[in-house]
Amino acid sequence: MTAMAHVEVNNLTVTARNAAGETFPIVSGIDFALKRGEVLALIGESGSGKTTIALTLLGHARPGATIAAGSIRVGDADLRALDAKGLAHLRGNRIAYIAQSAAAAFNPSRTIMDQVVEPALVHGLMSRATAEAKAVELFGALALPFPDTIGARYPHQLSGGQLQRLMAAMALITDPELVILDEPTTALDVTTQIEVLRAFKAVVLERGATAIYVSHDLAVVAQMADQIVVLNQGRIREAGAAAQILHSPADDYTRTLMAAARPAIRPTPRQADLPAAPLLEIRGVTAGYGRIGKDGQPRVPVLRDINLTIERGATLGVIGESGSGKSTIARLVAGLLPPASGQVLLDGEPLPPGLAGRSREQFRRVQLVFQNADTALNPAHSVGRILERPLAFYHGLTGNAAHMRVLELMDLIRLPRNLIDRNVGGLSGGQKQRVNLARALAADPQLILCDEVTSALDTVVGAAILDLMAELRRELGIATMFISHDISTVRAICDDILVLYSGTMVETGPRAAFQTSPFHPYTDLLIGSVPEMRAGWLEESHAGRAPPPVGAASDHPDLCRFLPRCAVRVDGLCNITPPPRHPLAKGSRILCHHGDEGLIPS
Amino acid sequence: MIAGAFHRAMALSVSGKIGLALMLFWLLIALFGPMLAPYPVGAFVAYDVFDGSSAAHWLGSDYLGRDVLSRLLSGARYTVGLAAAAAMLASAAGTALALTAAVGGPKIDEPLSRFMDMLISIPSKIFSLVLVAAFGSSLPLLLLIAAITYVPGNYRIARALAVNLAQMDYVQVAKTRGEGRFHIATAEILPNMIHPLLADFGLRFVFIVLLLSGLSFLGLGVQPPDADLGSLVRENISGLGEGALAIIAPAVAIATLTVGVNLLIDALPGRSKGR
Repeated sequence: MTAMAHVEVNNLTVTARNAAGETFPIVSGIDFALKRGEVLALIGESGSGKTTIALTLLGHARPGATIAAGSIRVGDADLRALDAKGLAHLRGNRIAYIAQSAAAAFNPSRTIMDQVVEPALVHGLMSRATAEAKAVELFGALALPFPDTIGARYPHQLSGGQLQRLMAAMALITDPELVILDEPTTALDVTTQIEVLRAFKAVVLERGATAIYVSHDLAVVAQMADQIVVLNQGRIREAGAAAQILHSPADDYTRTLMAAARPAIRPTPRQADLPAAPLLEIRGVTAGYGRIGKDGQPRVPVLRDINLTIERGATLGVIGESGSGKSTIARLVAGLLPPASGQVLLDGEPLPPGLAGRSREQFRRVQLVFQNADTALNPAHSVGRILERPLAFYHGLTGNAAHMRVLELMDLIRLPRNLIDRNVGGLSGGQKQRVNLARALAADPQLILCDEVTSALDTVVGAAILDLMAELRRELGIATMFISHDISTVRAICDDILVLYSGTMVETGPRAAFQTSPFHPYTDLLIGSVPEMRAGWLEESHAGRAPPPVGAASDHPDLCRFLPRCAVRVDGLCNITPPPRHPLAKGSRILCHHGDEGLIPS
Repeated sequence: MIAGAFHRAMALSVSGKIGLALMLFWLLIALFGPMLAPYPVGAFVAYDVFDGSSAAHWLGSDYLGRDVLSRLLSGARYTVGLAAAAAMLASAAGTALALTAAVGGPKIDEPLSRFMDMLISIPSKIFSLVLVAAFGSSLPLLLLIAAITYVPGNYRIARALAVNLAQMDYVQVAKTRGEGRFHIATAEILPNMIHPLLADFGLRFVFIVLLLSGLSFLGLGVQPPDADLGSLVRENISGLGEGALAIIAPAVAIATLTVGVNLLIDALPGRSKGR
């Protein structure tokens, strides 16, 4: 086995130096080998050392880190024995790297083609004309639109999913012996991810490239990998063939990862003693950015005709992909963005549209929790100060009373009490998100608006936050608007669900209606794009396939916005008349021409 | 308190310690210099002009035969005191206005910013000349001139920082909590811009030392027989050819003062250090 391995890593140790000058290992004792044409996945949470290991295969260690021991061999090259010049000759030539954020990896001031052919030209492998011809061929293989002309564009003219595929083209242009993919789809929407994964898989299989795929997502890895290495805190927890790890994991940690990837259903019985009147009601709201024109529409409309209600103690899930306007709903309720038309009612009383005019009591009852705790907590303040402010502001608590309440809150969110004087910079991502949540709870609110609260966290940490939220809801009876792009999480924890596409509600209904098909074509695409933890899902899923052809669309403003991507669109109907909103038998309401029978059964 | 300050001083980098030592040195000179001076400021005590170092005159004599050491010890307080006060005044006023603009919205921001653009377009030397000509040179006037001249620069930097910080999520959270503008400006925004503002303060301090020296050079600054460090350089300029101590000593004094302040400020623990 070892003799025929194409890439071999033995007893690899990478050390780093901390501020006090002590050296400590960040990864140690790493062994793996893969044959030519195999795909190996490195999987683990953030901080597990997966990117560090991937970078050592380029002979690179990040500033402050050094490759301290072990051997790294790719083909006939011993990477530890090579000098800087030797490594430079390998990188981008025989070993290629695809980074997580393609948008940041492209130079915005040069055309795509210039950058894609650069590795081949730098290493003098082929003439420019040959390289460009090869690039166009790769663009086609990666299912990019207009492969002949896309190279003349600039990065800002392309979407994130397209850039990610172009980066793959850049990596593959030299026919590398080893491709390293570092979380290449993590920053993408699920619906884009499935397209990118298909393109990656096609080129990797077709070209027989040897690849190392770094990811935190087991389900994504299941589609790509032959072998899986599970990492935790710089050590290998389990390694083996993909099928074995996925179906009969031997290690406890692997099982925890698998469990966290499938969100458990956390239904919460509504508290009986709450009055039945809705807590929050949004009626016919249209909102957006820029000046409001003569037709009552803002210059950049984001939300159109939104209607929703949240009962006391209930959870409403709002889902959609990036740019669908889901965060705008939270900003609207919080008062950061006044609506162009329509009303927001809290407890039956209309809320003033903007921040001005709201009473302190109205502010207190609605609390906003932002996605990114790194930016939502003031880095100049300590945990104690952050939590004391709402107590003093809303409840007039100061001094000892406030301190006691802060300690109570910290117990409630399971944060060690000794962190109270710590600046937020010294906390981990999960701890920060807990403080973020506790600040909202300190106000003693009736409604919490949670904007993607678990998206920036590792699955295991995110699952713990979700458990905590479910428990708090049960105990405190707080209603939640849970905004997310992840339909499996929303289906697991929310009482009611609203699917948003391009600022319009395409499907609404109770949770039960989202467990069975048929769905609105967009909901169906969202659900179908969530990777399943088994090999072969990528090939079987119908999501993200090319839609049937239709004629030119009429210029009616209320035409279905999902038309360009819809798999069940009907020529002469969908592109001519606006869709009606009507109920389905299973209990949800959709905005579509199709009834129960015309939608995709699955 | 003192123990805490000492502890923090010990945690500074080497360059920070050098800066702190230099600054403390000049602070002490500014406070106690005149008491330490061996001769009166204006007294003609040496027979030679531009004398070298001797037991009687450690830093030699100046172009009129006065003791350079005494003039330096007495002059330091004008430079340190005036420049530090003016820099603080300019930074405080500029930052306060910038925060007002950042949280006040375009209706306050626009007129204020255009007014500052107007101020910035007035050449500082001409501005000082006009004011000195109108009111006669005095220390409060010099302070005011130096402060007004450097408000717009500080305002621009502070506003750019504050406008960016005002978009941060934690400021949005404070807004949705219902916080007033004063709290947002002072508790949420200000603490996060202190470090760049301190660096800016160091820069302004140096500029003001130079402006005051320039005014003294034109004879409009501190009036004789008193002299600030800039005046000392100016009045002894004829000794430059022979490399007289009388011109080197005040020049070195200005250099150590400004370098010291900037070393210290750069070494202060900021967010970039990951604290």
